[in-house]
Amino acid sequence: MRKQAPLAAALLLPAALVVFGVVLWPAGRALVISFLDVDSPFPGAYPFVGLGNYADILTNPRFWAAAQHTLYFTVASTTLEVVLGLGLAHLLAAPMRFRWLFRAIVILPWALPTIVNGAMWRWILNAEYGALNALLTQLHLMDDYHSWLGADPFLALNMVVVADVWKNTSLVAFFLLAGLSAIPAELGEAARIDGAGSFRVFWRITLPLLRPTLAAVLVLRVIEAFKVFDIVYVMTGGGPASGTQTITFLTYLQAFSAQRFSYGAALAYLTVVAVLLLALIYLRLLRQQEMRAL
Amino acid sequence: MRRTLGALTASALILAPFLWLVVSSVSGQTDLLEHPLHWWPEHVTLSRYQEIFTGREGVAAQFRAAMVNSLIVGAGTVVVSVSVGILGGYALARLTFPLRRMALMSFLVTYMLPPIVLIIPLYLLMARFGLLDTKLGLIIVYCSLATPFALWTMSTFFGSLPVELEEAARVDGCTRLGALVRVILPLARPGIVATVLFVFLLCWDEFLYALIFTSTSDAKTIPVAIAEFTGRNAVDFGLIAAGGVLAALPPVLLAVVLQRHLLAGLTAGSLK
Repeated sequence: MRKQAPLAAALLLPAALVVFGVVLWPAGRALVISFLDVDSPFPGAYPFVGLGNYADILTNPRFWAAAQHTLYFTVASTTLEVVLGLGLAHLLAAPMRFRWLFRAIVILPWALPTIVNGAMWRWILNAEYGALNALLTQLHLMDDYHSWLGADPFLALNMVVVADVWKNTSLVAFFLLAGLSAIPAELGEAARIDGAGSFRVFWRITLPLLRPTLAAVLVLRVIEAFKVFDIVYVMTGGGPASGTQTITFLTYLQAFSAQRFSYGAALAYLTVVAVLLLALIYLRLLRQQEMRAL
Repeated sequence: MRRTLGALTASALILAPFLWLVVSSVSGQTDLLEHPLHWWPEHVTLSRYQEIFTGREGVAAQFRAAMVNSLIVGAGTVVVSVSVGILGGYALARLTFPLRRMALMSFLVTYMLPPIVLIIPLYLLMARFGLLDTKLGLIIVYCSLATPFALWTMSTFFGSLPVELEEAARVDGCTRLGALVRVILPLARPGIVATVLFVFLLCWDEFLYALIFTSTSDAKTIPVAIAEFTGRNAVDFGLIAAGGVLAALPPVLLAVVLQRHLLAGLTAGSLK
């Protein structure tokens, strides 16, 4: 028990090397780059501009528009995913025939690669040949074909939300299923004997006991949604009228299309700060709630 | 009854878009462009799948090359990050050493870092060492995503195994590493399987790094190939659909067959 440190060091060395080389070093380097003005991929002496890049970003309306889209996407998709996921988790937990089949079906969107999901929805929402237009006109819910992704920026953003919710509700549901199965069934039964209806049982027993799981999955989804890139890239390419550009998408454009590496690095660091803030605010809220419960 | 109805509705909403992708992949080009649209094609064709498997050039051949790249990159990343994760995860779970908590927290924090932060310096570095557009370069950057994850899940799995078994093995004369190999690893197999699966799926699904670090069929992965052809106008959508179905096949099959392992991995990796 005394001489464990050398062994621990030896076992952790490969991990430390990998993590240092491809995570910590680049993270530190990105911070340095964000204070310089690097405008080409070649090594060289680039001028130090201090917080200049950050000031540029914060005074640029494109950044604020992207921040708004990111925030809307994050709030809308995580809210829908948690609400729908809660319902789906209840269905998954319920005893029924062919439950294995139902679980296999629900796991499908989660397993579908994000890019395939985006390409699939782009095809379904196609303005001229898309299945959604065909379905809605054949059901006489709509007279003409509609451009879902190409005309109205806000509509396009909402369609991206739909595609994201279709894919990620599964993940949320399976998470919540794990949380649900940890709640002893006797609690609900006892409450029912005491005369509580299903809704009261859910509100007073299931939901409070599920809170740690809900919190975990919510934080996870908020952080993921905040970094959204691939589904936007493949569904709308940031358009129409830059209306679906998110912060990560803007970072990608600035760094790799415009080769403004420093500007991109500064943007990326603003994402890190936002993600950390979100996590902190959230943890704080959670702790306050726990205090009140005591 | 209400639950069955709910399950049926949910299944329909989940299956409909995916089935349309499958139907599109076997529909003749004229069927796909028809007004009003038929829900079942007049000409059913498997030609696109055949093209992807045997085509010598063009989009179909690029899809095939991209799939092979995805497989190689995924396998390489799994080997590196899971072995590193097993060793480090064991140390984090079982050994007492100074700064243990700090090491654990720093690995967790690196897991939370958005990839977009790392991508710019990594790109500049790769450009300098000629690693852009190589599978090796992609494996190296994928380790930045996979290693913190593998470490974290493996240490949770090791932590959930009873210490007594290992102690018994050591009383019987095993060294610590002997006990790790003979006792712990076999017991942790479900955890290792889940980690391998997750890391592989992570690589198979990853897009941002692959988009920036690859440019030709030498290293381009399947998500990049699909995104590229989706972005073009006047393209045979059936072919993208076929590529999409093929790209979805490995993860979907793995997920359905190994459901239980995956669910165990999900909860262990992120809840504790």
